[in-house]
Amino acid sequence: MNKAIEHYLLRLADTALTQSQRIAEWCGHGPFLEEDIALTNVALDLLGHAKLLYEQAAEVSEQDVSADDLAFLRDVDAFKNPILTELPRGDFAFTTLKQYFVDQFNVLLYQALMDSQYQPLSDIATKALKEVRYHLTRSRDWCLRLSLSTDEAKQKMQAALDDLYFYTPELFETDDQLNQLMAESIIPDMSALHNQWQQQVDELLNKCQLKTPTSGWLATGGLRGEHSEHLGYMLADMQFLQRAYPGCEW
Amino acid sequence: MKLYEVFIRAKSGLNHRHVGSLHAADAQMALQNARDVYTRREEGVSIWVVEAAAISASNPEQSEEWFDPAMDKVYRYPTFYPLDKEVDNM
Amino acid sequence: MYSQGLQDAKGGPEPEGLLKAFQKRIDNEEKIEPRDWMPEAYRKTLIRQMSQHAHSEIVGQLPEGNWITRAPTLKRKMILLAKVQDEAGHGLYIYSATETLGITRDEMTRQLLSGEAKYSSIFNYPTPSWADMGAIGWLVDGAAIMNQVPLCRASYGPYARSMIRICKEESFHQRQGYDIMTVLARGTAAQKKMAQDALNRTWWPALMMFGPSDKDSKHSAQSMQWKIKRFTNDDLRQKFVDATVPQAEHLGLTIPDKDLKWNEDRGHYDFGEIDWQEFMEVIKGNGPCNKQRLRARQKAHDEGEWVRKAAEVYQQKQQDAA
Repeated sequence: MNKAIEHYLLRLADTALTQSQRIAEWCGHGPFLEEDIALTNVALDLLGHAKLLYEQAAEVSEQDVSADDLAFLRDVDAFKNPILTELPRGDFAFTTLKQYFVDQFNVLLYQALMDSQYQPLSDIATKALKEVRYHLTRSRDWCLRLSLSTDEAKQKMQAALDDLYFYTPELFETDDQLNQLMAESIIPDMSALHNQWQQQVDELLNKCQLKTPTSGWLATGGLRGEHSEHLGYMLADMQFLQRAYPGCEW
Repeated sequence: MKLYEVFIRAKSGLNHRHVGSLHAADAQMALQNARDVYTRREEGVSIWVVEAAAISASNPEQSEEWFDPAMDKVYRYPTFYPLDKEVDNM
Repeated sequence: MYSQGLQDAKGGPEPEGLLKAFQKRIDNEEKIEPRDWMPEAYRKTLIRQMSQHAHSEIVGQLPEGNWITRAPTLKRKMILLAKVQDEAGHGLYIYSATETLGITRDEMTRQLLSGEAKYSSIFNYPTPSWADMGAIGWLVDGAAIMNQVPLCRASYGPYARSMIRICKEESFHQRQGYDIMTVLARGTAAQKKMAQDALNRTWWPALMMFGPSDKDSKHSAQSMQWKIKRFTNDDLRQKFVDATVPQAEHLGLTIPDKDLKWNEDRGHYDFGEIDWQEFMEVIKGNGPCNKQRLRARQKAHDEGEWVRKAAEVYQQKQQDAA
């Protein structure tokens, strides 16, 4: 039981951390100053969620580990995020649409997790929900703004959708441990969540007058530790100090 | 993008106060930017944004004729009216 | 006496009566507000000083931004992100204040990217190690605070107000830097070396942040009279050295200056001569990172072009549809 919970906490924590890491790359490089600051707020919120989730995972873990150990000392095959969140940040259209997919997922997920039978998860969801709701407002607005403005922006949004779309079903992937948690009402039913998500996304993409692609590589595997080539580079960068100077205080 | 002036209510019960300005394409974006730029340290519970171009301001060159005349209207203040000690907490 | 020979925007002499009244307001510690009359040279000096200050905040995001993806713990990553974000915020506050003087942010950005406008030379130095995050917070923000606290009383209202806000927010910046240095200095031998190396790298450039020596500073006297500067470069530099030396001693780190010595008579530390040639070279564009920094800003500006354009076009379309 604790094993399954730890597994799921890490799934969420790794998702939040990798997404935050990519958004944080914009800090100092945003398309204009106000947006630079706003994006960093998103990165900080997600990093905060990751920290809470890692701390809880460390708490239930049988091993003597800290939140930082979990973030900085696991290798690619131990990370459980969906491949979507580890993809390089791309241009602002790519970042925006990816953020929207994640925000829409987070809002539905955390709403549902507030009713979790596992109190710590419900507490984290309650706190995170306020933040991800704001993220969703922002990323929705930006999707509309970019899609319904200039031809160039619209093309970039369409290209981003073509690249990203088939990475999204993986957000809802489950395995035996997650199925067990669903049965015990610790986490919501993922296929129901997927339906809700799809409905919201279809509605927005429709408003944006974007066309969903009909074929592409259907991403899978993050939950099992099977990732793209990008995650290795991200971890090499992120974990550099902890790896080069093991056992230090920072 | 346009220049917006930002006004923030620090907590309920207080007036909105001018805190600065920012750039945005529209009012909705200006509100969101104001939230992200000017309330990162719990500075506010409510935000107004106004396009800077929409503000009319008094002319500083006329400030003597506009504002000095109020200076000698001392009878508008309670201290102008001495009271006997027995009733001076009026 | 300083007002003699000041020219208005069209190149004619400024009216003597207005100049006198203006100086009197400043001498009385009255704030000058955007729509008030002001000598053209006052406006120009402010635009130069304030836009340089804003540019420094924005370019200043880059050396620390370097380490955001590599910060060693979740907590350090949050602190660093929040700090670099503050710098963007501070740049924004000062750009906003400068815009009240009748120059647009677009124009200031153009001046930065074309190299016409300067920014603090300190940000043209590299940050090869994590300890540079400590040294920058401790020394660079420490020096910046010394400069900025008096600016909270600058005669130009919008500048003073933005500085008050900035100083309030910035108070954690120096502390977090010193905190990084403390942990490193008390850590392993490798960490301590990292800290000492960063101090060695940052010390002299930090002293240069206060600008040329008073005897070579061309803007000082007029700026002091207009109260957009309250202390001379050398006074502030001395104050900084006096405050910092005991902090370095507390960490067990050595300031890289063999001439550094307490002077009982003066009640101050004596310190060695700054390499002014290096300073001038970096200002001219020949520092180790001048080109990278400007290129990074140029790239962000260019890649953001279509986004800014899209936002404007969307607003226009919405308005037309309404």
